[in-house]
Amino acid sequence: MAYKGKRINPQKFEKSQLKIIAIILPLVIFMAMPIVFIINHAFKPMEELFAFPPTFFVNNPTLDNFVKLGKFSDTASIPLTRYIFNSIVVTGLTVGLSLLLTTLTAFALSKLKFKGRSMMLQINQIAIMFVATAVLIPRYLVICFFGINNTMLAHILPLVALPVALFLVKQFVDQVPDSLIEAAYIDGATDFQVYRKVIIPMIKPAIATAAILVFQQVWTNMETSNYFVEDEGLKTLTFYMNTLVNANNAVAGQGMAAAASLIMFLPNLILFVILQNKVMNTMANSGIK
Amino acid sequence: MSENLKDNAPQVVETKPDVKPAKKKRNKIAKRENNVNGYLFVLPYALIFTIFILIPVVLAVVLSFTNFNALEWPDFVGFLNYITLLTNDEVFMQYVLPNTVVYAVVVGVGGYVLSFILAWALCNLSKVPRTIFALILYSPSLTTGVAMTVLWKVIFSGDQTGLLNSWLMSLGIITEPIIWLVSADYVLPIVIIIGLWSSMGIGFLSMIAGILNSDESLYEAAAIDGVKNRFQEMIYVTIPQMKPQMLFAAVMAIVNAFQNGTISALLVGNPSPGYASQLIVNHIEDYGFLRYEMGYAAAVSVALLLIVQIFSKAANALLVEKD
Repeated sequence: MAYKGKRINPQKFEKSQLKIIAIILPLVIFMAMPIVFIINHAFKPMEELFAFPPTFFVNNPTLDNFVKLGKFSDTASIPLTRYIFNSIVVTGLTVGLSLLLTTLTAFALSKLKFKGRSMMLQINQIAIMFVATAVLIPRYLVICFFGINNTMLAHILPLVALPVALFLVKQFVDQVPDSLIEAAYIDGATDFQVYRKVIIPMIKPAIATAAILVFQQVWTNMETSNYFVEDEGLKTLTFYMNTLVNANNAVAGQGMAAAASLIMFLPNLILFVILQNKVMNTMANSGIK
Repeated sequence: MSENLKDNAPQVVETKPDVKPAKKKRNKIAKRENNVNGYLFVLPYALIFTIFILIPVVLAVVLSFTNFNALEWPDFVGFLNYITLLTNDEVFMQYVLPNTVVYAVVVGVGGYVLSFILAWALCNLSKVPRTIFALILYSPSLTTGVAMTVLWKVIFSGDQTGLLNSWLMSLGIITEPIIWLVSADYVLPIVIIIGLWSSMGIGFLSMIAGILNSDESLYEAAAIDGVKNRFQEMIYVTIPQMKPQMLFAAVMAIVNAFQNGTISALLVGNPSPGYASQLIVNHIEDYGFLRYEMGYAAAVSVALLLIVQIFSKAANALLVEKD
């Protein structure tokens, strides 16, 4: 039988796909197990959390752990809603600002001609590789120098420029055909109109991917709450959850920790579920190529 | 037969320039050689980048030539920190460097290859199973911080209540619970397994995107030109078409392999027992934030930057298209 070629992205289920499923299924199950465990663990009542032998799945699911978490934070001086509010504001502003600046820069570096752009790209490339830990102290000095320590800006500004996101978006802008842009210029579009009307609609997949990247950086960030912000009322949910888990490592804390881990994990997952179609199907529908 | 293929296969690749001839036209747009708008568009990012990334990085490089304890004004010591690192830091040479190499090879290279194979396998499935599998494979990379600590500490707990111990004992493989997270023999493998488990991140997704978007007509052309099986199709048709995505995934894999010290730190603390899972990043944190030898920590970071640069240059050389 002659080889037919092209079976990437089949439209419907075929028998030959069973082979592939059979091969990757064990791996998929292995990868999924810990996630299933996190979800189950969060709903376990106290006696199941400490059951012997330990259980994987929950038998009598309960919301006790979440209730306990809520009650515990009621006794604290700062209400839980304050941390949630901080996290939402910080994450939302950082992601929005970052996407705006990153796409503008990517467009300019890829399609506009001006002196120094290749140097800027190279510096950005090197910056991807620098470890965040190593710049923590210098960054703290810079933040203090500008007097934004202990403000919301300390959460937002340092994370707005994410070199890896620029690298990603720029690669996508590179793939936008120049003929399209040229046509827009001939029709009298300004640089900004080209960016707004041609580039942005075509690189939506890159924007979705970059959004996930920036979101993860901001959402999981504890550095700012730990070092740059002293005012308890300005710290984020991630920080709070982490102190909660570390401070209550004793018996009573286990349930709260399990609930906290699910709460911290879910927003990531929800964002991905919303954006996955854009991320994975990238240029297929956008007319590039 | 196979010779026939070798002759034919490069032609498949060579059809590529015809597919996107747009690149050559670049000099026609933006005829002004010095477009001032370019600076305007770049300015906000460049400003923030300079203040919060570039200046701190330069300061870190400067600090690497000093002795700095975060309280007193740093003293200039020349290359002393680097000399110490190369000749006098036994922990670094004996544990940290070998651990980092092993971790980077298994999690970086292994994770990269694994994500490509899985991405390719998923692209051979129809949309619904593909999306579900992709979600499952991707979700581990989302467990950081709290979720990671709780999850793995319960599974690898050192007494009988640990999930893994309990399973292994009920299967009769071990009779005594193993103290996973304290024993120097197990810590590094555990950290590596968790690293691999969580390595299907954004790079993996971009590979799926790259494969899904490859040009359909090229597969048909390749089949006519003598590509005989899936493997050849992958090497000669799929990979050449998705180099930008491969490069992005490679950069993510390299960064992930060298900069991720959180698994070890969250799981077993820093320094890890007997330095068994101490990676370069942990070493930097150890000196910077536990011993307050910031100058030395900065020197180690610069060394790490150089190591990572070498690998990323290599990835660039392999994967960047030369026009």
